[in-house]
Amino acid sequence: MSAISQKDAVSSVHNGVPDSAAGERSAGVALPLDRLERVAGWGMAVGGMGYVYRPSTIDGVAQVFEIARRTGRTVGLRGGGNSYGDAALNSENIILDLTRMNRILVWDPSNGRVTVEPGVTIQQLWRYAIGDGWWPPVVTGTSFATVGGCAAMNVHGKNNFKAGPIGDHILEFDALLPTGEHVHCSRDGNTDLFYGMIGGFGALGCFTSVTLQMKKIYSGWLNVDAISVPHMDGMLYELDARKGQADYLVGWSDAFASGETLGRGQIHQATYLAPGDDPYPAQSLRIESQEIPANLFGFLPASIIWLFMKPVLNDWGTRLTNLAKYMQSATLGNHKRYRQSHVAFAFLLDYVPNWKLAYQPGGLIQYQSFLPLATASPVYREILARSQKRGVVPYLGVVKRHRPDDFLINYSVDGYSLALDYKVTGSNRASLTALLKELDRIVIAGGGKFYFAKDATLQGATVRAFLGEERIRKFGALKERCDPESLLQTDLYRRLFGDQ
Amino acid sequence: MGAALAQNLARRGFRLGLVARRAEELARVAAEINASDGTQAFIYPHDVRNYDAIPVLFQSIVRQLGGLDLIVYAAGIMPQVAPNEYDFEKDKDILEVNLLGAIAWLNQAAVRFDRAQAGHIVAISSVAGDRGRSGNPAYCTSKAALNTYLESLRNRLGRKGVAVTTLKPGPIDTPMTQGKPVAGRVTSIDQATAQIVAAIDRRANEAYIPQQWKFIMYVIRRIPSVIFQRLNI
Ligand SMILES: Cc1cc2nc3c(=O)[nH]c(=O)nc-3n(C[C@H](O)[C@H](O)[C@H](O)COP(=O)(O)OP(=O)(O)OC[C@H]3O[C@@H](n4cnc5c(N)ncnc54)[C@H](O)[C@@H]3O)c2cc1C
Ligand SMILES: NC(=O)c1ccc[n+]([C@@H]2O[C@H](COP(=O)([O-])OP(=O)(O)OC[C@H]3O[C@@H](n4cnc5c(N)ncnc54)[C@H](OP(=O)(O)O)[C@@H]3O)[C@@H](O)[C@H]2O)c1
Repeated sequence: MSAISQKDAVSSVHNGVPDSAAGERSAGVALPLDRLERVAGWGMAVGGMGYVYRPSTIDGVAQVFEIARRTGRTVGLRGGGNSYGDAALNSENIILDLTRMNRILVWDPSNGRVTVEPGVTIQQLWRYAIGDGWWPPVVTGTSFATVGGCAAMNVHGKNNFKAGPIGDHILEFDALLPTGEHVHCSRDGNTDLFYGMIGGFGALGCFTSVTLQMKKIYSGWLNVDAISVPHMDGMLYELDARKGQADYLVGWSDAFASGETLGRGQIHQATYLAPGDDPYPAQSLRIESQEIPANLFGFLPASIIWLFMKPVLNDWGTRLTNLAKYMQSATLGNHKRYRQSHVAFAFLLDYVPNWKLAYQPGGLIQYQSFLPLATASPVYREILARSQKRGVVPYLGVVKRHRPDDFLINYSVDGYSLALDYKVTGSNRASLTALLKELDRIVIAGGGKFYFAKDATLQGATVRAFLGEERIRKFGALKERCDPESLLQTDLYRRLFGDQ
Repeated sequence: MGAALAQNLARRGFRLGLVARRAEELARVAAEINASDGTQAFIYPHDVRNYDAIPVLFQSIVRQLGGLDLIVYAAGIMPQVAPNEYDFEKDKDILEVNLLGAIAWLNQAAVRFDRAQAGHIVAISSVAGDRGRSGNPAYCTSKAALNTYLESLRNRLGRKGVAVTTLKPGPIDTPMTQGKPVAGRVTSIDQATAQIVAAIDRRANEAYIPQQWKFIMYVIRRIPSVIFQRLNI
């Protein structure tokens, strides 16, 4: 007898015979071995093997659905793979990678409307449009995310309090459903699918083209203010108080600060330049003016250099850099104003190649919770304090101000989000998982929500608690209509919505 | 040996796929494993000589397990062969089960582990592969060839983070040895399993089971052919 085995048994119920679901699906066809690849979440803490297909046309996408049917597999859609956890993984099944569907189809510089294939990245988009004076209306912290991936997660930027999620700027889209149906969705037609597929984490259908309304800008520069805040309440107060005057707001928080200074950090506030403020917009709007040069440190404002000291990624190294950073902004940099390019302000980390490798070998888990105004302060203070008490302290905390939106799968709040990067190691994995479970309960009790793009550890019950039965039922009905065979699945989908 | 190893690995939290020809026997072993909480084994009746079925079966097993960390090839046969017997059909069978089946299965695992840059391949060979003894030429050949195949795999995959372990048991108290004359003391299945698991844990390149055989075979491998011919081993 030969035994082949997988470590870390999951404790599911079983009857000792091959389960029927797998049995039915495993038709007698093997997938080609040359498709087999290791695919990991961006945070490197979760990963698996999958059969990766990279079509370049809509027909190619349809063919992958057919292959899945024939071989009894499921299909997980994947864009740039920037989701931190398992949202774009589909272990032992097919992964449909859309990065080769990356053409910009229609661009109208007179009104800023752009229609793109789903694999076009935010980077491609800004580079294409900036020379005409347009900028993506919502961008994520990395420019390597694709428009399809951003639409599927309904991503937010540092302007969420003002601009809403990216879905608020999507005018229309086309999608191919697993049934083979091509649908066109907007606020006027197929509205249920419009509000369901945006944010629908790739579980309903595959975007094949997306039309966005870009944002007019009059300069390649932003006016940036750095404001230091002494504790979490100061952070939340400033983020709220400044939302009328700012176009972008983000708070960096030192998660090691405790006691009186718990949650202390620095806020970066940015505003667009008005027409005429920049005497040479044609120059500042060139790609060359936007890109961060190789001599990064000479160019960056001092207030953010600390971010790059993070390769000193152990508790004491982080403590010191966080403290240095705080002291620096408190003494020198407070209310310092400078100009920064859109790219430097939005995608700083993209210009430090592979900074995340400092988190190897265990990777990182980002824990982002969204809390309403009323409960954010006590919940965030509790989250930080518990992490410190358990000795599992995140190395970076990012705070943003949010506003509600109308999409079905919804993580929005009139409140704040706090995103914490926890380093995963062989020895802290268990205690980290236990800590995050505790934190889940605290967040839910505070009326909070979670975001699938950042998630690696939630449980189905938690998701039901914050989405509510009504939304889950509606989503289930859409799933039944778009994908009755449940062909579209990911590891995250099975983890949170499995066996439904 | 495979069954005993499965029980042991299940207790340590492995999720298992068990492959052999006899479905009832597989079901019995799996039922024992699944009787305790939190352990899980699935069964796949299969004859390793059915090479064409292997790619599909391998993929569906791995899918059902949700991934693969370790593969152990433990299938093997050692039919009785008389000192003057030269039966090609018998010999062919031995090579098919002990060698070709191993290559067919482990090639699948090798591709996957190569891409994953991780994994562990283990096969049960035998001390019989260290010398061409008079008793069972095809059996010795099958194990010697298996050793070489595994060494090649190790040299291909070792630098990619994949371990390849060649296990070389001496006589072990299993159905294979029952009623057969064996050279030397027979080791209990429990002791053999414990040592196999230890070798797997330390990701050994090669391990004799039990360890004493390492020294015995060290000597035996060095006996010159002219003398070896005259010995009755
Ligand atoms: C450094 C960094 C900073 C980040 N900052 C932010 C931030 O500020 N705000 C924010 O909201 N997020 C942020 N994220 C998360 C990231 O923006 C989202 O995970 C986003 O979805 C990634 O896009 P992607 O193309 O990489 O998609 P993937 O991660 O590959 O996929 C995301 C989801 O989209 C689905 N999908 C992909 N393509 C399609 C398609 N064509 N049709 C339908 N579904 C599809 C996938 O199935 C999956 O569910 C950040 C991530 C990183 C690594
Ligand atoms: N026992 C010893 O003294 C000893 C010493 C050195 C090396 N070994 C080696 O150790 C390994 C295990 O031997 P063992 O002692 O455990 O022998 P065993 O008790 O006879 O077990 C052999 C196993 O191989 C399976 N098998 C045989 N032919 C097969 C086929 N065609 N397809 C699929 N599975 C097949 C059998 O299951 P089914 O019959 O149900 O298929 C059984 O589970 C063998 O490679 C053997 O050569 C044994």
